Amino acid sequence: MAEVTMLEAIRQALFEEMERDPAVVMIGEDISVYGGAFKVTEGLLERFGWERVMDTPISESAIIGAAVGMGYMGLRPVAEMQFIDFLACAFNQMTNFVAKSHYRWGAPVPMVVRGPSGGGVHGGPFHSANPEMYYAHTPGLKVVYPSTPYDAKGLLKSAIRDNNPVLFLEHKFLYRRIKEELPAGEYTVPLGKAVVRREGTDLTIISYAAMMHTSLEAAVELAKEGVSAEVIDLRSLMPLDKETILASVRKTNKLLIVHEDTRTGGIAGEIAALVCEGAFEDLDGPIQRVTSLDTPVPYSPPLEERFLPGVADVVRAARDLARY
Amino acid sequence: MPTDVIMPQMGESIFEGTITKWLKKPGEKVERDEPLFEISTDKVDAEIPSPAAGVLREIKVNEGQTVPIQTVVGVIDVEGAAASAPAPASGAKPTVAPAGTEPQPEGTPTPESSAGSPAPLKDAEAAASKQAASAAPSSAKSDATAPKAASSAAVASASPEKIRSSPLVRKVAGEHSIDLSQVTGTGAGGRVSKKDIFAAVEAQKSSPAGAARSAPPPPPAAGGVQAHAQLETAVPRERIYFGNYDVEPMSVMRQRIAEHMVMSQRVSPHVYSVEEVDMTRIAGIRAKAKQEFEQASGTKLTFMPFFIRAVVEALRAFPTVNASVDGTNIVYHRECNIGIAVALDWGLIVPVIKNAEEKNFLGIARGLNDLAERARTKKLKPEEVQESTFAITNPGSFGGLMGLPIINQPNVAILGIGSIQKRAVVINDAIAIRSMVYLTMSYDHRVVDGAVSHQFLGRIKSSLENWSEAVL
Repeated sequence: MAEVTMLEAIRQALFEEMERDPAVVMIGEDISVYGGAFKVTEGLLERFGWERVMDTPISESAIIGAAVGMGYMGLRPVAEMQFIDFLACAFNQMTNFVAKSHYRWGAPVPMVVRGPSGGGVHGGPFHSANPEMYYAHTPGLKVVYPSTPYDAKGLLKSAIRDNNPVLFLEHKFLYRRIKEELPAGEYTVPLGKAVVRREGTDLTIISYAAMMHTSLEAAVELAKEGVSAEVIDLRSLMPLDKETILASVRKTNKLLIVHEDTRTGGIAGEIAALVCEGAFEDLDGPIQRVTSLDTPVPYSPPLEERFLPGVADVVRAARDLARY
Repeated sequence: MPTDVIMPQMGESIFEGTITKWLKKPGEKVERDEPLFEISTDKVDAEIPSPAAGVLREIKVNEGQTVPIQTVVGVIDVEGAAASAPAPASGAKPTVAPAGTEPQPEGTPTPESSAGSPAPLKDAEAAASKQAASAAPSSAKSDATAPKAASSAAVASASPEKIRSSPLVRKVAGEHSIDLSQVTGTGAGGRVSKKDIFAAVEAQKSSPAGAARSAPPPPPAAGGVQAHAQLETAVPRERIYFGNYDVEPMSVMRQRIAEHMVMSQRVSPHVYSVEEVDMTRIAGIRAKAKQEFEQASGTKLTFMPFFIRAVVEALRAFPTVNASVDGTNIVYHRECNIGIAVALDWGLIVPVIKNAEEKNFLGIARGLNDLAERARTKKLKPEEVQESTFAITNPGSFGGLMGLPIINQPNVAILGIGSIQKRAVVINDAIAIRSMVYLTMSYDHRVVDGAVSHQFLGRIKSSLENWSEAVL
């Protein structure tokens, strides 16, 4: 079978879920005729028709609000944000209605909010957001951020079938850069489960999304220097797979967390606290972070390059930690 | 019957004490409440009285060692029961006594003790020497060399807390009873890393002496004192040790002084004001009243009570100076508790005249002399060196023209008194000979501003120069 891009894998997941379950519907800006800004929903209109692939006015709040209503009425809406940055316009809907609905009224909302996120494509401050922690911090929301086509497809299917709201982040830098051969048949990937991408003994590098690939490249570089790095791909930020994290730290005794999200309040801090609570006596060095800077994402390409963590940054931090 | 001698708790927040000196040797007689040993704690130095009358049988904690409160530091054989010492029940290792010198049951005369009354003492001495002889060679040796080992240990090897390692390393070391100070660290900056500790575990397994090594490490620095993070050396060590030198560990008191001074300089932005006061009038009053005062009150008449009285009056006029700082709050004290710096041969202590605002001149003079005397004889109680609201130091008593003291935290100001000297001064365009003194005040500029400081000093000056209070 031919290799498919992450974008194609996401499209396959949407297509297959709409085939499988008539309750699954799409709603978003320019997703039907135009096929979405990144062409993720291309072809869905032709196959499933206007009633299930709905274009909306430019109002993220309205999109999320309408999706919540559809969820109450028995549908399983998948709402697309043209850029995930604009989910901020629906922050009230997300945090007060989507997240709390099950808790307040016993009315779970089986909806997915998905959209392109992340930097590295010179999108500037309004089109490069990594907003995962606003929503990971909101009880009631699940947050998924895959790094491979296989996971993207399997996790999106799990997200659509989940009876509670899931924020599904698609790193746009990976859309067409990462290709993978997918299994022919039906499969899903469970939410809330991390995966060990590379086994190692000297330190653990935890990452996700685009930075997972940066971390893997760094691990290859480190191996040349004799440093054996274990690389964990979180895949889901909420729920967070504590068992996999703690098991790896207990094995390697050193931890480096790499994320593209800005430093302060990023999930690295949360993981560091978790490890201190659960595996303090297994630590042989300080928990380290490699993250982007605490600034908006710069538009200027050289500045963005400086802003984002690179392979060299990860290698340097891992090397120092290994030597510690 | 043996009575344990314990390290007492000298104040609420004190959890350990250092034995600075044993005043009795093992085998010596001691009366109840007779000074038995001297200790040094975070707050005060003190002589500790014996809890019972009898013979000091054993010293368990040597001079220089720091132990937690309630630790048994020695054992006294209580008088009357001493004749039977060391009775088997006392647990004084009867099994190790060589045949022939075995402790005798009560009432059975022995060749040495047939003389009767000195017997208990002799027996006790014999017991003590037997104990020393019966102690393991290694520990006897370390005891004998304790003082020397102390200073070198304090310099050469840090206490266990100072060994750089990691939570994992400490856990593994604990599980395998490995002394981290014996493990060579290869991590960054000599840190004992995971690799190092596992290598040590392997070495312990394969080494026949493994069992011996698992013995608990010797107490840190017999005779030494713990290193304090606040007193970390500011310059690299290699720039300190050159030429010929002697190294001596700081006493506990010295360390506390050092910590306190560093902390005070760091916390409080110090500003200094100087004032000059004409003491001629006071000197006259003192000269005239001195003899009568001493006869009537039984205490000396010095210049200091005059200064204290003047300070108290000024503090009441300028409450800002009688304050402490708690974050962004200023705590204005209603009491005027005056700390007086007392120089000692072995350091410095600041006993406090509590509620000086309620005392008359004689009360202040008496309180001052009492505190100073007890400071010099190590008889201060911990609460007597706490809760000062202002402090006075007197560099003049050592001939200093003036001094710029460091604030005694948590006060916000300290007054320095220079030496009182006759100087030529201009009064009404005439040159006169007057007894003059320089008053210096160091104050915390977070709270006290220059204007207040100078008004405060001006108030003291005016009180002293126009003194009207009867001293008796």
